[in-house]
Amino acid sequence: MDISNFIIMKHELLLTIATLLLLIAEIAINDKKKIIPIAITLFGLHTIYGFIGNTSGELFGGMYKNSALIVLMKNILNIGVFIVILQARNWLLKEENKDNISEFFILLFATLVGMNFMISSGDFLMFYLGLELATIPMAALVAYNTHDAKSSESALKLIMSAAFSSAIMLFGISLMYGQFGSLYFIDLIATNMNSPLTILAFIMFISGLAFKISLVPFHFWTADVYEGAPTNVTAYLSVISKGAAVFILSILLFTVFKSLVTVWSDILYVLAVLTMTIGNLFALRQTNIKRFLAFSSVAQAGFILLGLLGTNELGMATVIYFVLIYIFTNLAAFGVVSAIENATSKVKIEDYNGLYHTNPNMSLLMMMALFSLAGIPPLAGFFGKFFLFTAAAQNGYFWLIIIAVINVTISLYYYLMVVKAMFINKNETPIARIENDIYTKISFVICLAGIFVLGFYSSIFEYINSVSIGL
Amino acid sequence: MDILTSLVIIPILTVLALLFVKDLKQVRLISAAGMFIELIQSVRLVFMYMAERASGNTSEMVFQKSYQWFESINIQYNVGVDGISVVMILLTGIIIFTGIFASWKVTYLAKEFFISLIILATGVFGFFISLDLFTLFLFYEVAVLPMYLLIGIWGTGKKEYSAMKLTLMLMGGSAFLLVGLLGIYMNSAPEGAPLTYNILEIAKHTIPIEAQRFFFPLTFVGFGVLGALFPFHTWSPDGHASAPTAVSMLHAGVLMKLGGYGALRVAMYLMPEAANEMAWIFIILTGISVIYGALGAVVQTDLKYINAYSSVSHCGLVLFAILMINKTSFNGAILQMLSHGLMTAMFFALIGMIYGRAGTRDIKKLGGLMKVMPFLAVMYVIAGMASLGLPGLSGFVAEMTIFVGAFQHDDLFHRIATIVAVSSIVVTAVYILRVVGKILFGPIINDEHKKLTDAVWHEKLPLIVLLIAIVGMGIAPLWISDLILDSLQPIVDKLVIAAN
Repeated sequence: MDISNFIIMKHELLLTIATLLLLIAEIAINDKKKIIPIAITLFGLHTIYGFIGNTSGELFGGMYKNSALIVLMKNILNIGVFIVILQARNWLLKEENKDNISEFFILLFATLVGMNFMISSGDFLMFYLGLELATIPMAALVAYNTHDAKSSESALKLIMSAAFSSAIMLFGISLMYGQFGSLYFIDLIATNMNSPLTILAFIMFISGLAFKISLVPFHFWTADVYEGAPTNVTAYLSVISKGAAVFILSILLFTVFKSLVTVWSDILYVLAVLTMTIGNLFALRQTNIKRFLAFSSVAQAGFILLGLLGTNELGMATVIYFVLIYIFTNLAAFGVVSAIENATSKVKIEDYNGLYHTNPNMSLLMMMALFSLAGIPPLAGFFGKFFLFTAAAQNGYFWLIIIAVINVTISLYYYLMVVKAMFINKNETPIARIENDIYTKISFVICLAGIFVLGFYSSIFEYINSVSIGL
Repeated sequence: MDILTSLVIIPILTVLALLFVKDLKQVRLISAAGMFIELIQSVRLVFMYMAERASGNTSEMVFQKSYQWFESINIQYNVGVDGISVVMILLTGIIIFTGIFASWKVTYLAKEFFISLIILATGVFGFFISLDLFTLFLFYEVAVLPMYLLIGIWGTGKKEYSAMKLTLMLMGGSAFLLVGLLGIYMNSAPEGAPLTYNILEIAKHTIPIEAQRFFFPLTFVGFGVLGALFPFHTWSPDGHASAPTAVSMLHAGVLMKLGGYGALRVAMYLMPEAANEMAWIFIILTGISVIYGALGAVVQTDLKYINAYSSVSHCGLVLFAILMINKTSFNGAILQMLSHGLMTAMFFALIGMIYGRAGTRDIKKLGGLMKVMPFLAVMYVIAGMASLGLPGLSGFVAEMTIFVGAFQHDDLFHRIATIVAVSSIVVTAVYILRVVGKILFGPIINDEHKKLTDAVWHEKLPLIVLLIAIVGMGIAPLWISDLILDSLQPIVDKLVIAAN
């Protein structure tokens, strides 16, 4: 093995280097505020470099693998993280955070390294390492607001439930090892898994991942953690963390567990119905915008499962496409929420009453984001949902699609309630005009462009589809 | 650029232009100019279409343009028109143009109002030119959603409730439609051949009957919700009553026609076997729509509610005619869409003008308006006459054709249904004449009303345009029938073959 082979791991290596540089910068730079532009620049370069060159291949005897599809997934996550850190600047500059600025970036990048390893894993050991690396710093991030008891509480909640779900997942993995004597995906693909013990192992395994994606009934941590965590961390949790878990889930289902397709189709069917419906019904009653978005993201996860039920390349492509759109859309919504929270600490939906009169641009962006989440054309979310449904329709899941479209209609109600608050409801004292810094504005422009362009510009979907074929 | 795409591009450009102006006058000017060009294009399209047919082009759709969009699932941007879409586009052009003038007095967030209104119109134009089910559905939803903001922000009365009810019901309908369209797509080609969303391609293939039985009701009801199919019509009275004038005009005038058009072009045309099989269920439902709407209008006292219920009745008649499955009744359905679109737009415009002056729409508080605003009053009478089917105006032509078509069925069920539907004309006469007599003639009830003024130029203009269209259609119906009839032939053929 040549040392140059390590270029295959460029996403992980570069990010690790960036993290280490930030550690040094933390010591060397006195004015911690200067770390923010450094971190953003470093990550921006990393994001751009991720697109350059083709780095397919294997390392460590197949423990780590990379392909065009996996690179695409990592790049999608990178773009999302870039938007998150752009939006986080304003919040990091607050007085109470000024000593911990570099920690935010270091922890954040560490979790991303973990997710990258998780997606790239070639065996269950590497997968588990990546998963834990993505989870433990995440708990620290959630607890970032040390002065806020709620933040610590949610961190505790997250780490406890994560440990619990990891334990179940490990049990599942160990059952599989006991049966087949190998943890390598490549060995497992070759075996026929259709035995009761493997199915049990699979169910335990998928419960662990379902926790990450917050599928019902593994979603109980979601709303509390989303509410307690700092908004920018919530945004990260709801799109990047979830996106990475969806990616690895889809890879595993389509490769390792291919022979269990009839089993996991049934499981996903039930999970999809539960997740969409219960996520929606809880979202209806929320008054806190962060909890509201938490349940909305639970419901969205249910729709993603419809794409997986497509059980072929098109299903894979629609899932990745939807996650890509979801990243832009949800980050637009969270960006607005975070900008408003930073300026006024208001997080109730009723605080948004009359927002359009004082902050027209942010209201419009929020409306676009919500409509895109609801799947209204011509915004990208419509294309994302439509294609997910197309994937499910291929296998004839029309009753499931009917349940899904009913849920889309229900979700429209609560999205419209926020639109109504911003545009229609009267308010004597609306939130005053907020001047966003240039970083936030750039992130808004990126999100808005994504919401409009991703749907119409069909080459993006075609590209995703073409790399999915080489799964 | 081809003329069909320009119909979508012009409104989009108008919206973009509106984004950059602030001044109210400029907003009005740009909207009016944009929609005037749109109207010109619609009229031009009619003449181009006639010239194309006269030159011997007999293909089912003309001016077809097709671009590959999403290659892997075979979605295309595919546009083309036949006689049916051409007249619907003309109708839309007229209504949106007059709608801009009917909204001349909107001052609260005027820019946003006109932008939403024109986005809505973009969706409608796109819907009528689409030959690809995906883009058709896309434009359909684009047309529905701005309604929420339009009613919620600029509406009157219990506007928030109405806006939410309307949006959710229509979106719920379109949700079923989505499932139906996906079902059509999945069955759109024989085993092994590439699937397609192209309406013309699908029409060449027979969708398996089991699939038709499942997806026809979904598709038909999906469109039917927008066409006020009983029992999914309840959004209509509240929605129309709360909406601002131009939105009521556009919604009753054009949007409800999307339902009828889609039901004919997509549901019936692509799934003819199931359509023949299940028509009786929907004939009963639409029959109820027709009668229920008319009776509902009789008991209402709010002018807008009266007209909204009347729309349920008239649009029910459109679906009723479509379900009668013969060429005459289809012709009647299209004529009725045009006729109702024009006259209901005129009604809503007039009601908006009266409401703007008198401050009430309650017929018990209005009287003798003929004395103070003769122009508006005369217009109201004419619209009323068109609505109850007076010969020489558009309503007579349409309803006559429908009933002649419906009566061609000689079995008892169709006869009874037809007779029930015909009786709605009598009820229509009751509520129209009651309103005309009450608010226009008789003594002036409120002394304040003596000070009211008659219409000004930006009110007269849309009314006169609509009047010309109504009278024109009433006097020269064959001119329009000629446009429609040839285009109906392929649809009729497919349905009649399927029936046997």
